[in-house]
Amino acid sequence: MDQRLERILSRVQKPARYAGGEYNAVMKNKHEVDLRFAFCFPDTYEIGMSNLGFRILYGVLNNMPGVWCERVFAPWADMEEEMRAAGLPLFALESGDPVGAFDMIGFSVGYEMAYTAMLNMLDLAGLPLRSQDRPDLRPLVVAGGTAMYNAEPVADFIDLALIGEGEELLPEVAALFRRAKGEGWDKPRFLREAARIQGVYVPSLYDITYNPDGTVRAITPREGAPEKVVKRVVHHMDSAYYPAKTIVPSTEIVHDRVTLEVFRGCIRGCRFCQAGYVYRPVRCRSREVLARYGREAVCDSGYQEMTLSSLSTSDYPELVGLCDDLAPFCEENHVNLSLPSLRADNFSMELMQRLQKGRKAGLTFAPEAGTQRLRDAINKNVTEEALTESLRTAFAGGWNSVKLYFMLGLPTETDEDVLGIAEIASHAVHTWREHAANKNRGLRLTVSTSWFVPKPFTAFQWEPQISREEYERRVRLLREAITAKAVTYNWHDGDTSFLEAVLARGDRRLGRVLEGAFRRGARLDAWSDRFDLNRWLEAFDECGLDPAFYANRERGREEILPWSMISCYVTDDYLWRQRELAHQSAATPDCRTHCGGCGAGAVEGGECYHG
Amino acid sequence: MGKLRLLFVKEGRAVYISHLDLLRTFQRVFLRQGLVLRHSQGFHPHPILSFALPLPVGQASDCELLDFETAADMDGGDLPERLNRFMPAGIRARSCYVPVWPVRELAGLECRVDLLYDGGVPAGAAERIEALLTGESLVIQKRTKRKAMADIDIRPMLHSLSLSEEPGVLRLHAAVSAQNPGMNPALLAAAVERHLPELRPDFVQVRRLELLDGAGGVFR
Repeated sequence: MDQRLERILSRVQKPARYAGGEYNAVMKNKHEVDLRFAFCFPDTYEIGMSNLGFRILYGVLNNMPGVWCERVFAPWADMEEEMRAAGLPLFALESGDPVGAFDMIGFSVGYEMAYTAMLNMLDLAGLPLRSQDRPDLRPLVVAGGTAMYNAEPVADFIDLALIGEGEELLPEVAALFRRAKGEGWDKPRFLREAARIQGVYVPSLYDITYNPDGTVRAITPREGAPEKVVKRVVHHMDSAYYPAKTIVPSTEIVHDRVTLEVFRGCIRGCRFCQAGYVYRPVRCRSREVLARYGREAVCDSGYQEMTLSSLSTSDYPELVGLCDDLAPFCEENHVNLSLPSLRADNFSMELMQRLQKGRKAGLTFAPEAGTQRLRDAINKNVTEEALTESLRTAFAGGWNSVKLYFMLGLPTETDEDVLGIAEIASHAVHTWREHAANKNRGLRLTVSTSWFVPKPFTAFQWEPQISREEYERRVRLLREAITAKAVTYNWHDGDTSFLEAVLARGDRRLGRVLEGAFRRGARLDAWSDRFDLNRWLEAFDECGLDPAFYANRERGREEILPWSMISCYVTDDYLWRQRELAHQSAATPDCRTHCGGCGAGAVEGGECYHG
Repeated sequence: MGKLRLLFVKEGRAVYISHLDLLRTFQRVFLRQGLVLRHSQGFHPHPILSFALPLPVGQASDCELLDFETAADMDGGDLPERLNRFMPAGIRARSCYVPVWPVRELAGLECRVDLLYDGGVPAGAAERIEALLTGESLVIQKRTKRKAMADIDIRPMLHSLSLSEEPGVLRLHAAVSAQNPGMNPALLAAAVERHLPELRPDFVQVRRLELLDGAGGVFR
């Protein structure tokens, strides 16, 4: 271990997250590989190691002979300070080698608030932030993940973005890079060639011009780059790589358990949900394969917790069968099987009750909106009757801690919808009084609201975020309407959601703002205690840009959206139709009931996968 | 069921694994090997595992002890080899056996405290530090459980001391009390910092070398 690092680790919080050496960390001989890949997660170790996508791609790359993929996480503030003071550059956990010496640097970017952490990590690696200031092929900076469906705010910093699922795409780019390195290509030639691979977006090959009002005038690809970069999709989940043998951290992380991904995509089509649109179509793993992976992963890791994961796990067609398959094994090995992201329906509750042994952890439901009218408008097909029924089952079964999640500021929301949230809470208290198995333990009901952030590639991508003042007014309205003592009301901090709304639908001009905020100290913006909106407002001022232009402006159907060069298969026509239905408070059936013709069927020549 | 004791090394990257995390790590290592531990019989059953003398984060050791109970009777002789395939880097089982002596008989620690001086060991440091540590008393400040600072004399807990010098390193080889009361060997360096601030080392490395019983023999 580097002597500087050893001394620093004696002084920082939670040093184990910087030490590496965990069980199943992949060690290779650096002299026997020709591609060294620094896989960077722009957040802390505890967050990054909890990300299944990160683990999948780590495994995929390390399964390639001649390639060594290592992990890099954002240091916490105390660690960063020590590293800068000691002149210790950002290093990879496996080898301890400085990130600047790697061939490729890949960022996994799941959310916009991680952008400044990306910049900070490049800076800590001793690299120029801007792609144009890194003329050599090595190190090549790439980025993927859900946030990269609109990569424009970071377009000036990365060399290329990987759009969609990376299992096949990343190895293809890695293979091209090895060829380029072997044959001595320069960076422009490599980028031109890479742009021919489906799913690769090379921002520098697109010229963006703007209208006087600040909207995009034209997006012009150059040098053979495609007009539309179409996302990549893994076609068959059963043959897709699953990290049954994966790193087991030696220190506690956020999701410290075996995670079985039962399917990708979502049949529901909630109109606010970016993941629900960009991960289409739905693709399931078969029950037999999942049960086998579950057993393998538990045996290899020694974990005693397993969770089934997807965007809406109760929609897995063979959920009961899968649980039946896993139950005897789990019982025998003292493994606790849990189901997050359940819908508020009877079926889910029965299953939940069957699985839950011993301690009854809190239950979480997300009705998202306070009235049926608004739930129809956002296409969240949950009825209050179903929620009440689920709560009745839960309270009767001994649960006494329930969380309800809602959003404020959804398109078409009125005061009636806001007050509807308070009504749901009071009905929940009533249901508890009538059905609680043991009233002596009391009820803990938490109502949480977040501030709706419109995202690209959703039916609401043209919608304004409501103003700050209006959001705060609705919070007050709700706060005053919630009177029951048993109910705790939490609302999301406005600063973060406002900036998220700016960055989510930002254009390339925001690069300068990002840099300005970073120079002013913005780092771990995803952590509210490290976040300061003032740095950002100053940076906007400096660049002569108005954040409200991005967050609070309604876009027209004809406007060229900054991310228009990217396609996730779902067409703008479909999204616009969904938006119109929202304004009519009309719901759309789920994909399994009726195909809405969103465009994702084109993935496999017109027919969507079923199952 | 069988009570067993595992003797293991904790060093390198593993020195940063905290006590609680190490407990979790060992639970998983046993499961990876397919070894079923005996569980407590309460409402929330947990495997029966305990470390003899928790090792402070950042210190290395050649002689950590883990007591555990297996569901089936076994002598454990082949366990180190079996477990070592499933360990994180820096943890290595040395031997496993049926314990004879209870942990309360563990009286002392033989340890090495390296005082690192980046500019070379100052002239006369060895003599002055030896004189300080082997004097009548050795009072240091220590945070009490109530978070206040208190003076304590650690001299009665230091049983033997020898010093040696290598380039840039002044090595203290000491035997100290392990428990009731015991002392953290790092306090020897704290004493140097307090009483001989001009000889404050740039870094301190501590390693446990051996466990001792009340008579000064090896404790197992």
